Amino acid sequence: MSEFEQMYREVILDHYKNPRGHGTIEGADAEADGQNPLCGDEVSIYVAFGDDGETIDEVKFSGRGCAISQAATSMLTEMVQGKTATEVAVLDKDELLDEIGIQLSPVRLKCALLGLTTLKVALHRAKGTPLPEGLAGFDELELS
Amino acid sequence: MAVTEGTKKLDAHAVRADFPIFDQTIHGKPLAFLDSAASSQKPRQMLDAMNEFYETSYANVHRGVYELAERATAALEGSREKVRVFLNAPDVREIVFVRNATEAINLVAYSWGLANLGPGDVVVVSELEHHSNFVPWQFIAGRVGARLALLPLTDEGELDLSALDGLAREGRIKVVATNQVSNSLGTINPVERLAAWAHEQGAIFVCDAAQSAPHMAIDVQALGADFVAISGHKMCGPSGVGALWGRAELLQAMPPFLTGGHMINSVRVEKTTWGELPHKFEAGTAPMAEAVGLGAAIDYLSAAGLDAIHEHEQKLAAYALGRLAEVPGITLYGPPAERRAGIVSFNIEGIHPHDVAQILDMQGVAIRAGHHCCQPLMHRLGVAATNRASFYLYTVREEVDQLVDGLATVHKVFA
Repeated sequence: MSEFEQMYREVILDHYKNPRGHGTIEGADAEADGQNPLCGDEVSIYVAFGDDGETIDEVKFSGRGCAISQAATSMLTEMVQGKTATEVAVLDKDELLDEIGIQLSPVRLKCALLGLTTLKVALHRAKGTPLPEGLAGFDELELS
Repeated sequence: MAVTEGTKKLDAHAVRADFPIFDQTIHGKPLAFLDSAASSQKPRQMLDAMNEFYETSYANVHRGVYELAERATAALEGSREKVRVFLNAPDVREIVFVRNATEAINLVAYSWGLANLGPGDVVVVSELEHHSNFVPWQFIAGRVGARLALLPLTDEGELDLSALDGLAREGRIKVVATNQVSNSLGTINPVERLAAWAHEQGAIFVCDAAQSAPHMAIDVQALGADFVAISGHKMCGPSGVGALWGRAELLQAMPPFLTGGHMINSVRVEKTTWGELPHKFEAGTAPMAEAVGLGAAIDYLSAAGLDAIHEHEQKLAAYALGRLAEVPGITLYGPPAERRAGIVSFNIEGIHPHDVAQILDMQGVAIRAGHHCCQPLMHRLGVAATNRASFYLYTVREEVDQLVDGLATVHKVFA
Protein backbone atom coordinates (compact mmCIF):
# COMPACT_ATOMS: atom_id res chain seq x y z
CA MET A 1 0.00 0.00 0.00
CA SER A 2 1.46 3.38 -0.95
CA GLU A 3 1.74 6.18 1.58
CA PHE A 4 -1.04 8.00 -0.23
CA GLU A 5 -3.33 5.00 0.00
CA GLN A 6 -2.63 4.70 3.71
CA MET A 7 -3.93 8.22 4.24
CA TYR A 8 -6.62 8.33 1.61
CA ARG A 9 -7.97 4.79 1.97
CA GLU A 10 -10.59 3.67 -0.52
CA VAL A 11 -13.29 3.88 2.15
CA ILE A 12 -12.39 7.49 2.98
CA LEU A 13 -12.54 8.56 -0.64
CA ASP A 14 -15.76 6.62 -1.10
CA HIS A 15 -17.43 8.39 1.83
CA TYR A 16 -16.05 11.72 0.63
CA LYS A 17 -17.35 11.29 -2.90
CA ASN A 18 -20.63 9.61 -1.93
CA PRO A 19 -21.40 10.96 1.52
CA ARG A 20 -24.05 9.03 3.47
CA GLY A 21 -26.63 11.10 5.26
CA HIS A 22 -25.84 14.21 3.28
CA GLY A 23 -28.60 16.80 3.42
CA THR A 24 -30.69 18.67 5.93
CA ILE A 25 -33.75 17.89 8.03
CA GLU A 26 -36.56 20.46 8.07
CA GLY A 27 -37.65 21.09 11.65
CA ALA A 28 -34.89 18.92 13.11
CA ASP A 29 -35.15 18.01 16.80
CA ALA A 30 -31.50 18.86 17.32
CA GLU A 31 -29.01 20.76 15.23
CA ALA A 32 -25.70 22.59 15.46
CA ASP A 33 -23.10 24.15 13.19
CA GLY A 34 -19.38 23.61 13.66
CA GLN A 35 -16.42 25.19 11.95
CA ASN A 36 -12.75 24.50 12.03
CA PRO A 37 -11.24 27.93 11.37
CA LEU A 38 -7.87 26.30 10.84
CA CYS A 39 -8.84 25.05 7.41
CA GLY A 40 -12.36 26.35 6.94
CA ASP A 41 -14.11 23.01 7.35
CA GLU A 42 -17.80 23.48 8.03
CA VAL A 43 -20.29 20.91 9.21
CA SER A 44 -23.95 21.33 10.16
CA ILE A 45 -25.67 18.39 11.84
CA TYR A 46 -29.41 17.71 11.94
CA VAL A 47 -31.04 15.04 14.10
CA ALA A 48 -34.59 13.70 14.20
CA PHE A 49 -35.52 11.48 17.14
CA GLY A 50 -37.92 8.53 17.03
CA ASP A 51 -41.19 8.32 18.94
CA ASP A 52 -39.38 7.81 22.25
CA GLY A 53 -37.74 11.24 21.77
CA GLU A 54 -34.39 9.63 22.57
CA THR A 55 -33.35 7.36 19.77
CA ILE A 56 -31.78 8.85 16.69
CA ASP A 57 -34.15 8.08 13.87
CA GLU A 58 -32.47 10.16 11.23
CA VAL A 59 -29.23 12.12 11.13
CA LYS A 60 -28.05 14.32 8.27
CA PHE A 61 -25.18 16.68 7.69
CA SER A 62 -24.32 19.44 5.32
CA GLY A 63 -21.16 21.48 4.89
CA ARG A 64 -17.96 21.64 3.02
CA GLY A 65 -14.45 20.76 3.89
CA CYS A 66 -11.56 18.43 3.32
CA ALA A 67 -11.93 14.74 2.53
CA ILE A 68 -11.12 13.75 6.10
CA SER A 69 -13.77 15.96 7.74
CA GLN A 70 -16.51 15.12 5.28
CA ALA A 71 -15.77 11.39 5.13
CA ALA A 72 -15.53 11.15 8.92
CA THR A 73 -18.90 12.87 9.33
CA SER A 74 -20.41 10.60 6.70
CA MET A 75 -19.14 7.53 8.61
CA LEU A 76 -20.43 9.04 11.82
CA THR A 77 -23.99 9.27 10.50
CA GLU A 78 -23.91 5.51 9.88
CA MET A 79 -22.44 4.82 13.32
CA VAL A 80 -25.00 6.73 15.37
CA GLN A 81 -28.13 5.66 13.54
CA GLY A 82 -30.46 3.96 16.07
CA LYS A 83 -28.38 5.01 19.10
CA THR A 84 -29.88 7.15 21.86
CA ALA A 85 -28.73 10.68 22.57
CA THR A 86 -27.18 9.50 25.83
CA GLU A 87 -25.24 6.76 24.07
CA VAL A 88 -23.89 9.18 21.50
CA ALA A 89 -22.96 11.71 24.15
CA VAL A 90 -20.55 9.20 25.68
CA LEU A 91 -19.41 7.74 22.38
CA ASP A 92 -15.64 7.55 22.57
CA LYS A 93 -13.86 9.43 19.83
CA ASP A 94 -11.55 6.48 19.36
CA GLU A 95 -14.50 4.46 18.15
CA LEU A 96 -14.88 6.84 15.24
CA LEU A 97 -11.12 7.10 14.73
CA ASP A 98 -10.87 3.30 14.55
CA GLU A 99 -13.54 3.36 11.89
CA ILE A 100 -11.60 5.98 9.94
CA GLY A 101 -8.57 3.79 10.44
CA ILE A 102 -5.73 6.12 9.48
CA GLN A 103 -2.93 7.85 11.34
CA LEU A 104 -3.85 11.50 11.77
CA SER A 105 -1.66 14.42 12.73
CA PRO A 106 -3.06 16.70 15.47
CA VAL A 107 -4.21 19.19 12.81
CA ARG A 108 -6.07 16.55 10.82
CA LEU A 109 -7.51 15.07 14.01
CA LYS A 110 -9.58 18.25 14.34
CA CYS A 111 -10.90 17.68 10.82
CA ALA A 112 -11.81 14.10 11.67
CA LEU A 113 -13.62 14.95 14.90
CA LEU A 114 -15.48 18.05 13.73
CA GLY A 115 -18.65 16.12 12.90
CA LEU A 116 -18.69 14.16 16.18
CA THR A 117 -18.10 17.26 18.27
CA THR A 118 -20.81 19.17 16.42
CA LEU A 119 -23.24 16.28 16.87
CA LYS A 120 -22.54 16.16 20.61
CA VAL A 121 -23.16 19.90 20.86
CA ALA A 122 -26.46 19.49 18.99
CA LEU A 123 -27.54 16.75 21.40
CA HIS A 124 -26.39 18.78 24.38
CA ARG A 125 -28.57 21.66 23.29
CA ALA A 126 -31.63 19.54 22.60
CA LYS A 127 -31.39 16.97 25.37
CA GLY A 128 -28.95 18.37 27.90
CA THR A 129 -26.55 15.49 27.40
CA PRO A 130 -22.98 16.16 28.55
CA LEU A 131 -20.63 18.02 26.23
CA PRO A 132 -17.59 16.13 25.00
CA GLU A 133 -14.84 16.29 27.60
CA GLY A 134 -12.37 16.88 24.81
CA LEU A 135 -14.04 20.12 23.82
CA ALA A 136 -11.57 21.95 26.01
CA GLY A 137 -8.87 20.73 23.68
CA PHE A 138 -10.65 22.22 20.70
CA ASP A 139 -9.83 25.84 21.30
CA GLU A 140 -9.80 26.53 17.59
CA LEU A 141 -13.08 24.85 16.96
CA GLU A 142 -15.88 27.35 16.65
CA LEU A 143 -19.33 26.16 17.50
CA SER A 144 -22.18 28.43 16.63
CA MET B 1 27.47 35.89 0.35
CA ALA B 2 26.01 34.11 -2.60
CA VAL B 3 25.56 36.83 -5.15
CA THR B 4 27.37 37.74 -8.30
CA GLU B 5 28.82 41.15 -7.62
CA GLY B 6 28.19 43.95 -10.08
CA THR B 7 25.03 42.93 -11.85
CA LYS B 8 23.31 41.92 -8.58
CA LYS B 9 21.62 38.93 -10.12
CA LEU B 10 20.49 36.47 -7.58
CA ASP B 11 21.80 32.92 -7.73
CA ALA B 12 19.17 31.12 -5.70
CA HIS B 13 21.05 27.80 -5.78
CA ALA B 14 24.06 29.48 -4.19
CA VAL B 15 21.87 31.37 -1.69
CA ARG B 16 20.35 28.04 -0.68
CA ALA B 17 23.69 26.81 0.58
CA ASP B 18 23.47 29.45 3.33
CA PHE B 19 20.29 27.87 4.73
CA PRO B 20 20.97 24.78 6.89
CA ILE B 21 17.30 23.71 6.75
CA PHE B 22 17.78 22.52 3.19
CA ASP B 23 20.41 19.95 4.27
CA GLN B 24 17.74 17.30 4.75
CA THR B 25 15.08 15.32 3.02
CA ILE B 26 11.41 15.27 4.04
CA HIS B 27 9.65 11.90 3.74
CA GLY B 28 12.68 10.83 1.73
CA LYS B 29 12.21 13.65 -0.80
CA PRO B 30 14.12 16.88 -1.29
CA LEU B 31 12.46 19.70 0.64
CA ALA B 32 10.51 22.09 -1.57
CA PHE B 33 9.72 24.81 0.93
CA LEU B 34 7.01 26.98 -0.60
CA ASP B 35 5.65 28.62 2.53
CA SER B 36 7.93 31.60 3.05
CA ALA B 37 4.96 33.98 3.20
CA ALA B 38 4.04 32.35 6.51
CA SER B 39 7.60 32.50 7.79
CA SER B 40 10.97 32.44 6.10
CA GLN B 41 13.86 30.06 6.62
CA LYS B 42 17.04 31.30 8.29
CA PRO B 43 20.53 31.82 6.86
CA ARG B 44 23.52 30.56 8.85
CA GLN B 45 24.85 34.14 9.01
CA MET B 46 21.80 35.25 11.02
CA LEU B 47 21.94 32.20 13.32
CA ASP B 48 25.66 32.77 13.89
CA ALA B 49 25.08 36.43 14.80
CA MET B 50 22.54 35.49 17.45
CA ASN B 51 24.73 32.74 18.78
CA GLU B 52 27.76 35.01 18.94
CA PHE B 53 25.74 37.61 20.80
CA TYR B 54 24.72 35.05 23.41
CA GLU B 55 28.25 33.63 23.66
CA THR B 56 30.20 36.88 23.85
CA SER B 57 28.06 39.92 24.55
CA TYR B 58 24.97 38.92 26.45
CA ALA B 59 23.69 40.99 29.37
CA ASN B 60 20.64 43.14 29.88
CA VAL B 61 20.81 46.34 27.88
CA HIS B 62 20.80 49.98 28.98
CA ARG B 63 21.77 51.23 32.42
CA GLY B 64 24.37 48.52 33.00
CA VAL B 65 27.79 50.05 33.66
CA TYR B 66 29.89 47.01 32.92
CA GLU B 67 31.49 45.97 29.66
CA LEU B 68 29.02 43.24 28.69
CA ALA B 69 26.00 45.49 29.23
CA GLU B 70 27.63 48.10 27.05
CA ARG B 71 28.34 45.58 24.32
CA ALA B 72 24.78 44.29 24.44
CA THR B 73 23.39 47.83 24.32
CA ALA B 74 25.60 48.67 21.36
CA ALA B 75 24.42 45.52 19.57
CA LEU B 76 20.73 46.31 20.18
CA GLU B 77 21.04 49.95 19.20
CA GLY B 78 23.19 48.98 16.22
CA SER B 79 20.33 46.80 15.02
CA ARG B 80 17.91 49.67 15.46
CA GLU B 81 20.09 51.77 13.16
CA LYS B 82 20.10 48.92 10.62
CA VAL B 83 16.30 48.88 10.65
CA ARG B 84 16.29 52.66 10.17
CA VAL B 85 18.54 52.40 7.12
CA PHE B 86 16.55 49.44 5.78
CA LEU B 87 13.33 51.48 5.89
CA ASN B 88 15.02 54.80 5.09
CA ALA B 89 13.43 56.32 8.16
CA PRO B 90 14.61 59.87 8.93
CA ASP B 91 15.28 59.29 12.63
CA VAL B 92 16.44 56.22 14.55
CA ARG B 93 14.21 57.24 17.49
CA GLU B 94 11.24 56.41 15.28
CA ILE B 95 12.12 52.70 15.23
CA VAL B 96 10.32 50.76 17.97
CA PHE B 97 11.15 47.10 18.51
CA VAL B 98 8.07 44.96 18.99
CA ARG B 99 7.32 41.25 18.81
CA ASN B 100 5.99 41.28 15.26
CA ALA B 101 3.89 43.32 12.84
CA THR B 102 0.73 42.29 14.69
CA GLU B 103 2.00 43.87 17.87
CA ALA B 104 3.14 46.94 15.93
CA ILE B 105 -0.36 47.47 14.54
CA ASN B 106 -1.95 46.82 17.92
CA LEU B 107 0.38 49.43 19.37
CA VAL B 108 -0.92 52.00 16.89
CA ALA B 109 -4.55 50.92 17.18
CA TYR B 110 -4.53 51.06 20.99
CA SER B 111 -2.24 53.98 21.58
CA TRP B 112 -3.16 56.29 18.69
CA GLY B 113 -6.63 54.87 18.15
CA LEU B 114 -7.98 55.10 21.70
CA ALA B 115 -6.64 58.66 21.98
CA ASN B 116 -7.85 59.91 18.60
CA LEU B 117 -10.89 57.90 17.49
CA GLY B 118 -14.42 58.55 18.62
CA PRO B 119 -18.07 58.02 17.74
CA GLY B 120 -18.82 58.64 14.08
CA ASP B 121 -15.20 58.36 12.95
CA VAL B 122 -14.40 55.93 10.15
CA VAL B 123 -11.49 53.50 9.90
CA VAL B 124 -10.88 52.21 6.37
CA VAL B 125 -9.23 48.83 5.89
CA SER B 126 -9.11 46.75 2.74
CA GLU B 127 -10.79 43.49 1.91
CA LEU B 128 -7.30 42.15 1.28
CA GLU B 129 -6.03 42.55 4.84
CA HIS B 130 -4.39 39.95 6.99
CA HIS B 131 -6.35 39.67 10.24
CA SER B 132 -3.45 41.48 11.91
CA ASN B 133 -4.40 44.72 10.16
CA PHE B 134 -8.14 44.10 10.34
CA VAL B 135 -9.07 42.78 13.76
CA PRO B 136 -7.19 45.43 15.84
CA TRP B 137 -9.02 48.19 13.95
CA GLN B 138 -12.36 46.44 14.17
CA PHE B 139 -11.83 45.94 17.89
CA ILE B 140 -10.72 49.49 18.70
CA ALA B 141 -13.38 51.02 16.43
CA GLY B 142 -15.98 48.96 18.28
CA ARG B 143 -14.71 50.17 21.63
CA VAL B 144 -14.92 53.87 20.76
CA GLY B 145 -18.02 53.78 18.58
CA ALA B 146 -16.14 54.37 15.33
CA ARG B 147 -17.07 52.51 12.17
CA LEU B 148 -15.01 50.11 10.10
CA ALA B 149 -15.36 50.60 6.33
CA LEU B 150 -14.00 48.27 3.66
CA LEU B 151 -12.04 49.21 0.58
CA PRO B 152 -13.24 46.48 -1.80
CA LEU B 153 -11.39 44.35 -4.32
CA THR B 154 -11.65 43.94 -8.05
CA ASP B 155 -12.18 40.47 -9.46
CA GLU B 156 -8.44 40.31 -10.16
CA GLY B 157 -7.75 40.65 -6.45
CA GLU B 158 -6.56 44.24 -6.56
CA LEU B 159 -7.82 47.17 -4.50
CA ASP B 160 -10.69 48.90 -6.27
CA LEU B 161 -9.56 52.51 -6.14
CA SER B 162 -12.74 53.63 -7.89
CA ALA B 163 -14.46 53.05 -4.54
CA LEU B 164 -12.37 55.73 -2.80
CA ASP B 165 -14.65 58.64 -3.72
CA GLY B 166 -17.66 56.82 -2.29
CA LEU B 167 -15.76 56.03 0.91
CA ALA B 168 -14.75 59.68 1.25
CA ARG B 169 -18.41 60.65 1.35
CA GLU B 170 -19.25 58.15 4.07
CA GLY B 171 -17.95 60.14 6.99
CA ARG B 172 -14.95 61.42 8.85
CA ILE B 173 -12.13 59.07 7.89
CA LYS B 174 -9.43 59.07 10.56
CA VAL B 175 -7.39 55.97 9.70
CA VAL B 176 -6.61 54.18 6.45
CA ALA B 177 -4.82 50.87 7.00
CA THR B 178 -3.72 48.50 4.25
CA ASN B 179 -0.89 46.14 3.52
CA GLN B 180 1.70 46.82 0.86
CA VAL B 181 1.67 43.25 -0.39
CA SER B 182 -1.16 40.80 0.21
CA ASN B 183 0.05 37.71 2.05
CA SER B 184 -2.69 35.72 0.41
CA LEU B 185 -2.74 36.78 -3.26
CA GLY B 186 0.61 38.52 -3.56
CA THR B 187 -1.08 41.67 -4.85
CA ILE B 188 1.21 44.70 -4.70
CA ASN B 189 -0.91 47.60 -3.51
CA PRO B 190 -0.52 51.26 -4.56
CA VAL B 191 0.30 52.39 -1.04
CA GLU B 192 1.82 55.75 -2.07
CA ARG B 193 -1.49 56.66 -3.65
CA LEU B 194 -3.48 55.40 -0.67
CA ALA B 195 -1.24 57.35 1.73
CA ALA B 196 -1.84 60.53 -0.27
CA TRP B 197 -5.57 59.86 -0.34
CA ALA B 198 -5.62 59.20 3.40
CA HIS B 199 -3.92 62.53 4.05
CA GLU B 200 -6.44 64.32 1.79
CA GLN B 201 -9.13 62.95 4.11
CA GLY B 202 -7.24 64.15 7.16
CA ALA B 203 -6.52 60.54 8.12
CA ILE B 204 -3.33 58.75 9.08
CA PHE B 205 -2.07 55.94 6.85
CA VAL B 206 -0.92 52.72 8.50
CA CYS B 207 1.00 50.33 6.28
CA ASP B 208 1.35 46.65 7.10
CA ALA B 209 4.67 45.91 5.39
CA ALA B 210 5.13 42.44 6.88
CA GLN B 211 4.79 40.83 3.46
CA SER B 212 6.60 43.51 1.44
CA ALA B 213 9.66 44.40 3.52
CA PRO B 214 11.26 40.95 3.08
CA HIS B 215 10.93 41.10 -0.69
CA MET B 216 11.31 44.65 -1.99
CA ALA B 217 13.09 47.86 -1.09
CA ILE B 218 11.00 50.05 1.20
CA ASP B 219 11.38 53.77 1.70
CA VAL B 220 8.95 55.00 4.32
CA GLN B 221 9.54 58.61 3.33
CA ALA B 222 8.78 58.04 -0.34
CA LEU B 223 5.81 55.94 0.66
CA GLY B 224 4.35 58.80 2.67
CA ALA B 225 2.94 56.58 5.41
CA ASP B 226 2.55 57.55 9.05
CA PHE B 227 3.19 54.10 10.50
CA VAL B 228 4.85 51.03 8.96
CA ALA B 229 4.94 47.58 10.57
CA ILE B 230 7.38 44.75 9.81
CA SER B 231 8.00 41.24 11.19
CA GLY B 232 11.51 39.85 11.55
CA HIS B 233 10.58 36.22 11.06
CA LYS B 234 9.32 36.78 7.52
CA MET B 235 12.60 38.36 6.44
CA CYS B 236 15.23 35.79 7.43
CA GLY B 237 15.26 37.02 11.02
CA PRO B 238 14.19 35.17 14.15
CA SER B 239 10.65 34.94 15.45
CA GLY B 240 9.81 37.22 18.36
CA VAL B 241 11.02 40.52 16.94
CA GLY B 242 9.55 43.05 14.58
CA ALA B 243 9.59 46.79 14.25
CA LEU B 244 7.23 49.69 14.07
CA TRP B 245 8.26 52.85 12.32
CA GLY B 246 6.15 55.89 13.08
CA ARG B 247 6.53 59.59 12.43
CA ALA B 248 8.21 61.14 15.47
CA GLU B 249 5.62 63.84 16.04
CA LEU B 250 2.85 61.24 16.14
CA LEU B 251 4.78 58.88 18.41
CA GLN B 252 5.64 61.74 20.73
CA ALA B 253 2.00 62.75 21.14
CA MET B 254 0.83 59.18 21.78
CA PRO B 255 0.42 57.64 25.22
CA PRO B 256 2.37 54.42 25.85
CA PHE B 257 0.95 51.05 24.80
CA LEU B 258 2.54 48.70 27.34
CA THR B 259 3.86 50.09 30.58
CA GLY B 260 6.43 48.86 33.07
CA GLY B 261 10.19 48.70 33.22
CA HIS B 262 12.49 50.65 30.94
CA MET B 263 9.82 52.84 29.35
CA ILE B 264 9.77 55.45 32.10
CA ASN B 265 11.50 58.69 32.85
CA SER B 266 10.67 58.80 36.53
CA VAL B 267 8.26 56.89 38.73
CA ARG B 268 6.66 58.42 41.81
CA VAL B 269 3.60 57.32 43.67
CA GLU B 270 1.78 60.44 42.48
CA LYS B 271 2.87 60.31 38.86
CA THR B 272 5.05 58.51 36.36
CA THR B 273 6.56 60.24 33.36
CA TRP B 274 7.41 58.45 30.16
CA GLY B 275 10.80 57.89 28.65
CA GLU B 276 12.02 59.37 25.40
CA LEU B 277 11.36 57.77 22.02
CA PRO B 278 11.61 54.96 21.24
CA HIS B 279 11.88 53.71 24.84
CA LYS B 280 8.41 54.96 25.75
CA PHE B 281 7.07 52.12 23.63
CA GLU B 282 9.52 49.42 24.73
CA ALA B 283 8.38 48.27 28.15
CA GLY B 284 10.23 45.36 29.67
CA THR B 285 13.43 43.63 28.62
CA ALA B 286 13.84 43.93 24.88
CA PRO B 287 14.11 40.94 22.53
CA MET B 288 17.85 41.59 22.47
CA ALA B 289 19.28 38.57 20.69
CA GLU B 290 16.31 38.61 18.35
CA ALA B 291 16.98 42.23 17.47
CA VAL B 292 20.60 41.33 16.79
CA GLY B 293 19.35 38.54 14.55
CA LEU B 294 17.08 40.96 12.72
CA GLY B 295 20.04 43.25 12.15
CA ALA B 296 22.03 40.35 10.71
CA ALA B 297 19.08 39.38 8.52
CA ILE B 298 18.94 42.93 7.17
CA ASP B 299 22.67 42.73 6.40
CA TYR B 300 22.07 39.47 4.58
CA LEU B 301 19.14 40.76 2.52
CA SER B 302 20.90 44.01 1.73
CA ALA B 303 23.96 42.14 0.46
CA ALA B 304 21.75 40.03 -1.79
CA GLY B 305 19.96 43.20 -2.89
CA LEU B 306 16.26 43.80 -2.37
CA ASP B 307 15.76 44.67 -6.04
CA ALA B 308 17.46 41.41 -7.07
CA ILE B 309 15.27 39.48 -4.62
CA HIS B 310 12.12 41.12 -5.97
CA GLU B 311 13.08 40.40 -9.56
CA HIS B 312 13.92 36.78 -8.74
CA GLU B 313 10.55 36.26 -7.07
CA GLN B 314 8.55 37.92 -9.81
CA LYS B 315 10.22 35.61 -12.34
CA LEU B 316 9.37 32.63 -10.16
CA ALA B 317 5.77 33.82 -9.83
CA ALA B 318 5.49 34.15 -13.62
CA TYR B 319 7.03 30.70 -14.07
CA ALA B 320 4.74 29.17 -11.44
CA LEU B 321 1.62 30.79 -12.90
CA GLY B 322 2.57 29.41 -16.30
CA ARG B 323 3.27 25.90 -15.05
CA LEU B 324 0.23 25.78 -12.75
CA ALA B 325 -2.04 26.86 -15.61
CA GLU B 326 -1.31 23.40 -17.12
CA VAL B 327 -2.82 21.65 -14.08
CA PRO B 328 -6.32 20.30 -14.76
CA GLY B 329 -9.15 21.80 -12.71
CA ILE B 330 -7.03 24.63 -11.29
CA THR B 331 -8.30 28.09 -10.39
CA LEU B 332 -5.60 30.72 -9.92
CA TYR B 333 -6.34 33.78 -7.82
CA GLY B 334 -4.86 37.24 -7.93
CA PRO B 335 -3.36 39.66 -10.43
CA PRO B 336 -0.98 38.91 -13.32
CA ALA B 337 2.66 38.17 -12.48
CA GLU B 338 3.95 41.68 -13.20
CA ARG B 339 1.68 43.11 -10.52
CA ARG B 340 2.28 40.56 -7.80
CA ALA B 341 4.97 39.42 -5.40
CA GLY B 342 6.16 35.81 -5.19
CA ILE B 343 2.89 34.36 -3.96
CA VAL B 344 0.49 32.14 -5.88
CA SER B 345 -2.88 31.08 -4.47
CA PHE B 346 -4.97 28.41 -6.17
CA ASN B 347 -7.65 25.79 -5.79
CA ILE B 348 -8.02 22.41 -7.45
CA GLU B 349 -11.58 21.64 -8.39
CA GLY B 350 -13.22 19.15 -6.06
CA ILE B 351 -10.21 18.71 -3.78
CA HIS B 352 -9.98 20.59 -0.52
CA PRO B 353 -6.72 22.51 0.05
CA HIS B 354 -6.05 20.49 3.19
CA ASP B 355 -6.02 17.30 1.17
CA VAL B 356 -3.88 18.89 -1.52
CA ALA B 357 -1.37 20.09 1.07
CA GLN B 358 -1.30 16.72 2.82
CA ILE B 359 -0.53 14.78 -0.33
CA LEU B 360 2.07 17.37 -1.35
CA ASP B 361 3.73 17.05 2.06
CA MET B 362 4.18 13.34 1.48
CA GLN B 363 6.20 14.38 -1.56
CA GLY B 364 8.37 16.84 0.34
CA VAL B 365 6.44 19.91 -0.82
CA ALA B 366 5.45 22.37 1.90
CA ILE B 367 2.66 24.74 0.95
CA ARG B 368 0.03 26.45 3.08
CA ALA B 369 -3.61 25.46 2.92
CA GLY B 370 -6.28 27.49 4.63
CA HIS B 371 -7.58 31.00 4.89
CA HIS B 372 -4.13 32.56 5.44
CA CYS B 373 -5.59 34.75 8.22
CA CYS B 374 -7.66 36.49 5.52
CA GLN B 375 -11.23 35.38 6.11
CA PRO B 376 -12.80 38.55 4.66
CA LEU B 377 -10.83 37.89 1.47
CA MET B 378 -11.85 34.22 1.36
CA HIS B 379 -15.44 35.42 1.66
CA ARG B 380 -14.94 37.76 -1.27
CA LEU B 381 -13.43 34.92 -3.35
CA GLY B 382 -16.34 32.70 -2.33
CA VAL B 383 -14.08 29.95 -0.99
CA ALA B 384 -13.37 28.56 2.47
CA ALA B 385 -9.69 28.15 1.82
CA THR B 386 -7.01 28.19 -0.86
CA ASN B 387 -3.67 26.55 -1.47
CA ARG B 388 -0.80 28.99 -1.39
CA ALA B 389 2.75 28.59 -2.67
CA SER B 390 5.11 31.42 -1.77
CA PHE B 391 8.68 32.09 -2.74
CA TYR B 392 11.79 33.76 -1.40
CA LEU B 393 15.38 34.42 -2.38
CA TYR B 394 16.30 30.76 -1.82
CA THR B 395 13.44 29.35 -3.89
CA VAL B 396 14.47 27.60 -7.13
CA ARG B 397 12.46 26.59 -10.18
CA GLU B 398 12.97 22.93 -9.36
CA GLU B 399 10.74 23.45 -6.31
CA VAL B 400 7.97 24.82 -8.50
CA ASP B 401 8.39 21.78 -10.75
CA GLN B 402 8.20 19.52 -7.69
CA LEU B 403 4.93 21.26 -6.77
CA VAL B 404 3.45 20.76 -10.23
CA ASP B 405 4.52 17.10 -10.27
CA GLY B 406 3.04 16.71 -6.80
CA LEU B 407 -0.29 18.05 -7.99
CA ALA B 408 -0.39 15.29 -10.59
CA THR B 409 -0.17 12.79 -7.73
CA VAL B 410 -2.96 14.66 -5.91
CA HIS B 411 -5.13 14.12 -8.98
CA LYS B 412 -4.22 10.43 -9.08
CA VAL B 413 -5.18 9.88 -5.43
CA PHE B 414 -8.52 11.62 -5.93
CA ALA B 415 -9.16 10.22 -9.41
